[in-house]
Amino acid sequence: MLKANTDIVRLNGAEKHFGAVRALNGVDFHVGAGECVGLVGHNGAGKSTLMHMVAGTLRPDGGQIAVRGNQEASYSVARALELGIRCVFQELSLCPNLSVAENTRINHPSLAGFGWRRRAADLIRAKLDEIFPDHGISADDIAGDLSIGRRQMVEVARAFTLTREPLHLVILDEPTSSLDAHTAGQLLSFVRRFVEQGGSCILISHVLGEVLQNADRIVVMRDGKVVAADAANAFDRDKLVAAMGGAEGHQKAAAEARKVEAGALRVRARPARQQDDKELVARAGEIIGLAGLAGHGQTDLLLAIFSAASRAKAGIEVTAPVALVAGDRQSDGIFSQWSIAQNIGIRSLARLRSGLLISPQREAELAEFWKQKIGIRTPDMNNNVFSLSGGNQQKALFARALGSDAEIVLMDDPMRGVDIGTKLEVYDLLREEAAKGRTFLWYTTETEELDNCDHVYVFKNGRIVANLGRDELTEEKIIQSSFGDAA
Amino acid sequence: MTSVRTLLEKPWIWSFAGALVVWLATVAFTGGYGAGGMVTAALSLAVFTVIVGVGQMFVITLGPGNVDLSLPANIGLASAVAMKVMGGSDSMIVVGLLAALACGAAIGAINYLLIWALRIPPIIATLSASFIIQSVDISYGRGLQIKPSPGFADFTNRQVLGIPVLAMLTVVFTIGAALALQRMIYGRSVLAIGQNIRAAWLAGVHVGRIRFLTYTLCGALGGIDGALLAGYFRGANVDIGNEYLLASIAVVVIGGTSVAGGKANVPGVWGAGLFLVLLLTMLNTFGVSAGVRLVLTGLIIVGVITAAGGEKAVR
Amino acid sequence: MTAIAPGTLPKSSPRGSAARARLLRGLLPALSLALVLIAIAWLNPRAISYFGFTLMLNLAIPIALATIAQMFVIAGNELDLSIGTFVGFVGCITATWLREAPLLGIVVLLGSIGAYALLGALIHLRNLPSIVVTLGMSFVWQGLAILVLPKPGGKAPDWLLSIMSFKPPYIPFPILAALLIAAVVHFGLMRTSYGVILRGSGGNAAALRRAGWSLLRTKIVLFALTGLFGVLSGMALIGITTSADANIGNGYTLLSIAGVILGGGEFVGGRVSPIGAVIGALTLALAASPLLTFMHIPPDWQVAANGAILIIVLAARVLISRRER
Repeated sequence: MLKANTDIVRLNGAEKHFGAVRALNGVDFHVGAGECVGLVGHNGAGKSTLMHMVAGTLRPDGGQIAVRGNQEASYSVARALELGIRCVFQELSLCPNLSVAENTRINHPSLAGFGWRRRAADLIRAKLDEIFPDHGISADDIAGDLSIGRRQMVEVARAFTLTREPLHLVILDEPTSSLDAHTAGQLLSFVRRFVEQGGSCILISHVLGEVLQNADRIVVMRDGKVVAADAANAFDRDKLVAAMGGAEGHQKAAAEARKVEAGALRVRARPARQQDDKELVARAGEIIGLAGLAGHGQTDLLLAIFSAASRAKAGIEVTAPVALVAGDRQSDGIFSQWSIAQNIGIRSLARLRSGLLISPQREAELAEFWKQKIGIRTPDMNNNVFSLSGGNQQKALFARALGSDAEIVLMDDPMRGVDIGTKLEVYDLLREEAAKGRTFLWYTTETEELDNCDHVYVFKNGRIVANLGRDELTEEKIIQSSFGDAA
Repeated sequence: MTSVRTLLEKPWIWSFAGALVVWLATVAFTGGYGAGGMVTAALSLAVFTVIVGVGQMFVITLGPGNVDLSLPANIGLASAVAMKVMGGSDSMIVVGLLAALACGAAIGAINYLLIWALRIPPIIATLSASFIIQSVDISYGRGLQIKPSPGFADFTNRQVLGIPVLAMLTVVFTIGAALALQRMIYGRSVLAIGQNIRAAWLAGVHVGRIRFLTYTLCGALGGIDGALLAGYFRGANVDIGNEYLLASIAVVVIGGTSVAGGKANVPGVWGAGLFLVLLLTMLNTFGVSAGVRLVLTGLIIVGVITAAGGEKAVR
Repeated sequence: MTAIAPGTLPKSSPRGSAARARLLRGLLPALSLALVLIAIAWLNPRAISYFGFTLMLNLAIPIALATIAQMFVIAGNELDLSIGTFVGFVGCITATWLREAPLLGIVVLLGSIGAYALLGALIHLRNLPSIVVTLGMSFVWQGLAILVLPKPGGKAPDWLLSIMSFKPPYIPFPILAALLIAAVVHFGLMRTSYGVILRGSGGNAAALRRAGWSLLRTKIVLFALTGLFGVLSGMALIGITTSADANIGNGYTLLSIAGVILGGGEFVGGRVSPIGAVIGALTLALAASPLLTFMHIPPDWQVAANGAILIIVLAARVLISRRER
């Protein structure tokens, strides 16, 4: 491997504060030419902050940034783009009202003048074809009409399109979070090709396997500092987890030991597009998985069950109160003006009343209880919910559902972009709650998570195509059902 | 010092500060003459803006695009209905008020029905409804100069120790509204819907019911306001509510409620209501022409909102 | 994994239906217009003629221009509640200074566009709610209009009168003007590369900022365009009515908002359509008075009929959208 001594970008002693929170605490970080750097760490470890600095969207409070050996005094987004540094952010940043081609135009000032529409369409189409050969996206599609996975594909492809500005470094922040295994594979092999041709890449992913297989060098962050950095082959999964810290004590095997007794019927539901007599049945105390490729009707069924709880609906029977844990936090879950405590309490207002009024004391008690139980990391539950890192925001959403009277908890791919430590903590909690008799319906895009389920329904084209018990549950079997012909 | 700072961080403090500055300027101009009377007059007139302002505040808090443009027509019709039901007789005061309340609530309910059934943006729904209500009012109240009963006119104009009785009652009402907003399930639900309607639905908020209630409440407040206005000015007419369209929106926003929804406060409605009335008093005292008065009113509204600043962008 | 053929990937059915729904939604404004036209033709066939249209659509040009003005601010997720009084103000300037002292008149009108641009800058820099700022400005424009022209009167400049009474062969002038307005604005906003940036600022402002675009500039441009089309609307109005009144434009605020929505626009998200907006304005202009006169609606109920027509058109829109599902 070419260990070029030219750095694309180098940060020395980078610092950043948000109020009293130290997001970055003197970080040294660099990316060489022709190198793929993997960046891992729990949510809130400072990865995103660091990347915002590299991309020029955040100004450091201290430290220096140098690009190709030159100190940059007034670094900005515009400067970064000029120097060939681009970023695919974790929050989707397409304009939903514009077409795919028009969204491409936004990142390329030179796509202007006569014939720009055709040039923009050609540019993005060629790149999509190159990265995702079977993408099925047209340059005229309006971004808002695309599924979340396809939007992510467009966004990734757009970052690699080339016009007047150079392209040296692409930051990919959780680029596979909304992709299924097939398209994620296509993307990662493209990234390898890009790096082999001399490009550089920073890959942030919560799927440690992706990082271990695709990065040349791995940097581990924790509490705003770099705690380990070495060649990728010096790490394995356990070493990474240990370096990230916080989750050593958990045992994945715990799932195996659980014994399920069939309880009372909680949910019986047939997807609207189901043609045969297959249906989803969930009983008290069960954890049921919903699997299959992303966007094949799993979320639709969860939403149908959710609305059936308050208004009778044909083909769906729900016998207990329902709560939902959203996966798309910003659009489906978080109330941005409110404190963490208020965000947790909203599902349980009726119980928090004394007389006609909501009791602030009871609300605080509920919040404090779940702060301890689920480990929300904050000095004060009365802080705004956005003071939390993404993973802790997700914990607040779990607390909202688990703290309510709901006996049925629907989970809509809730672990999207959540770090492994948080995940393991939540898995334990789910098993504990299920043992107490709660029912969980869990849609997930990550096959590993299905290990926690008692049995799994596989979806394809809006229908249930398989019902796998826990003993027949293997990744091959799920993939087979997801791609096979619908019965 | 910390208490001063927390006070300064309250979004409603600016409206009260503005009202105070305008009052002081007027008093300085008159050399102290009529300072107390001005406050009494301001309280009497501000009441009407505050009542509809609170209704409008709940509606606006439901989120972007939610606004009730039918308030002026609603006020006009309800004032006519109330006066006609009272028929000049003191024994019918309560019935008349209830009729106005019911008329307003019905208009609010119809507004929401249009929004819900036709999925029209509220601005357009309430606007179309207001056209229809206006016509109903014109043909219903044609040729009638409707007078309130003497007892009612007296009641709406009564003062105790220089403080209008209506103002006292409105203070009690607004305290209730503030409790409803911050401490009751209804208010919490309104705030949740205003921040993110989908998230509110998924968190178990009864979105449809709450929106229905809010539009009906706003309509009912418009109705009662119409009856009180007719009593105070000793007569109902079609145009009695005209100025309350702009005024109701202005007091909500000058009072520090977010037009983006999900963030509201009741005290600010009072501050802004007093501010607007006192502003008008000041300009009248200065003896400026109608054109100059309008220009200054506009510039001051823009100035106040600029000085108070918008909310910090959420992330 | 390697054995998976591309054909087994999910078909894009949800996206296809979304695109179809959007197409139909796009056609709805035109359908509403056709409906109103058919009603008029049925009630009074003689109205469907060169002179009939010239007469009926007389006021459609200023309404269409005001609607386009409103559309620009809506494209940036803002709302202009002052456009009506602004049109009135421009009308007063047009009927007085622009005739008596053309240079002063032109400077003042250009200055008022500049005021709109400044307003855009202020709203962006201080993060102000445009509803309140423009609400305040509506008082300012009205006050200025009264100061310029305290009593109804004045006279439009002769060149403006002759433009607005232009009688082209075959196609009535208002229709020609509407086509021109729609085509020019559609090209500017929907087809040019900077138009994309303007619409994008309403769709996802944060994404635009990250791509290095100035949101201050987009807001200024959108507001200046609103000012420009507001000026055009006021001038066109005076060219038709020949004299002015400080309150002449007051109804235009609500008309313009209704026109944008009838034309398929949405209040947030940068989803607007210039062609739809012009069609929406024409529909409103036709529904407002010619149709009602032909239907022999008593004057008391004309306002109500206006409201009812607005509701019926929107209800039809919902019905068609639902059937599509």
